[in-house]
Amino acid sequence: MSEWWTYRIASFVLFSPRTYLRLCEQYNEAVWPLQIVTLTAGVALVLVARRTGSSTARTIPLTLAALWLFVAYAFHLRRYAAINWAADYFAIAFIAQALLLAWSGVTGALRFGINTSWRQGAALAIVAFALVGVPLLERQSGRNWRALEAFGTSPDPTALGTLGILLVARDPPWMLLAIPLAWCVINGAFQWTVGFKDAIALPLIALMALSLRSASALRRALRRSVR
Amino acid sequence: MLRQIAGRRQSNGMRGDPANNRRAFLRTLAGSTALVLAPRSAHADAALITRVVPSTGEALPVVGLGSWITFNVGDDRAARDECADVMRAFFAAGGRMIDSSPMYGSSQQVIGYGLHKLGVPPALFAADKVWIGSGARGAAQIEESRSHWNVRRFDLLQVHNLLAWQEHLPRLFMMKAAGQLRYVGITTSEGRRHADVEAIMRSHPLDFVQVTYNAVDREVETRILPLARERGIAVIVNRPFRQRALIDATRSTRLPSFAAEIGCGSWAALLLKFVVSHPSVTCAIPATTLPAHAHENMVCARGPLPEEPLRQRIAALVAKL
Repeated sequence: MSEWWTYRIASFVLFSPRTYLRLCEQYNEAVWPLQIVTLTAGVALVLVARRTGSSTARTIPLTLAALWLFVAYAFHLRRYAAINWAADYFAIAFIAQALLLAWSGVTGALRFGINTSWRQGAALAIVAFALVGVPLLERQSGRNWRALEAFGTSPDPTALGTLGILLVARDPPWMLLAIPLAWCVINGAFQWTVGFKDAIALPLIALMALSLRSASALRRALRRSVR
Repeated sequence: MLRQIAGRRQSNGMRGDPANNRRAFLRTLAGSTALVLAPRSAHADAALITRVVPSTGEALPVVGLGSWITFNVGDDRAARDECADVMRAFFAAGGRMIDSSPMYGSSQQVIGYGLHKLGVPPALFAADKVWIGSGARGAAQIEESRSHWNVRRFDLLQVHNLLAWQEHLPRLFMMKAAGQLRYVGITTSEGRRHADVEAIMRSHPLDFVQVTYNAVDREVETRILPLARERGIAVIVNRPFRQRALIDATRSTRLPSFAAEIGCGSWAALLLKFVVSHPSVTCAIPATTLPAHAHENMVCARGPLPEEPLRQRIAALVAKL
């Protein structure tokens, strides 16, 4: 794109809010009742994250990888690409995230286990927002319940839920957080421009997740310097 | 109205199977009965205002139909049918030019759906664009666009936002020379790269240039529109309502009394007549999702147009909003 700096986000808004909501409705109908399964999986992941051990370190990222792969194919490639040519690139990003999560699951590098720290409490709040808060906020904004987005089948709650679950682990690698964070910022700004004012929640939660991970890194660095 | 559409049958060549086209198009006209019987403005029966394409002398109605955002409805069957209804209303009111681009998501497929459903009107003026960074892939994209529209050939192809224009323009001129295309153009929007647009207008034998122009965005009045007149280049205007921002801005403002003098019953009509009344403008391409609005837009291609003093008053009024 020549002179890309002359373009605004609005220049890339290709569809109306009505069209996007209709797409969400039809997508939800097509994958129903998978939303119940993925939401249950989200709750189960939080429960599993309470435990320490290698099976937890494998199960959680591998499950998340499957969800990212599903959203890449079923939502981005099969549905969203019909109205947004950028969806092909979104799908590539989601597949890349799935591969990173799968690699993390294979190596079992993440260390889960519930403690009483405020950071973990905030991470669990992000997961709760992804599972329940997103659809409630969308409903509150006047969205038809058939068009509500669910964790595990739609990209926004999946990205938010992934951030929350990963932040339950101790010092999750930045590499695993980068794509979900980028998605929340980029898609939040895009959805805001389309006309979904509730999308402001996406970059705000991403900022919260970024702060949590940064606080953890800072604390570790300070400890090292004290020693 | 029937005569206007039928009278242009020969100007565009035949597309698809002629017998099927005739049957389907007669169905289109029958379907437009409701709109024909709908309340009409005082100028609904006035002659359709056309402007001549300087390079050929072909006359085009001053109002066309854009497809940015409004026709990008994906695979949604109900929404596609609504878009077909918009096209039906547009054609029934004498409309000819429909404009799209590969950049507009599923808009090309939706236009193709509408043309298949309604039948390809002989008067259709199919305008599309090439929008790809690689010149080598331009031909494939053009062919894909043509297959989406399901027309024999495009009337006009434009280099979208000057993307890789050095590579695409020679191909488009070759296609025109080979009879695969009738007109060649370039586009820009929202005031981008006007210096480059001017340079290309001076150095290439363009048939069309597409720019943004409305009661607020008037930069093209100073250089590009005069240059188009001087060089004999037809002008297509995009964003005549600034993507409905101007209509929204006028929502709580009373329509000025002089609007009635030029047959405008709404701000939308006044804004559109402001655009098409510029003597260098060949065709404005407002987009809509509503058949009634498509019809109202086409009514702006009839009746009196504002003269320069009135145009200045309209611009001054809108600038204050």
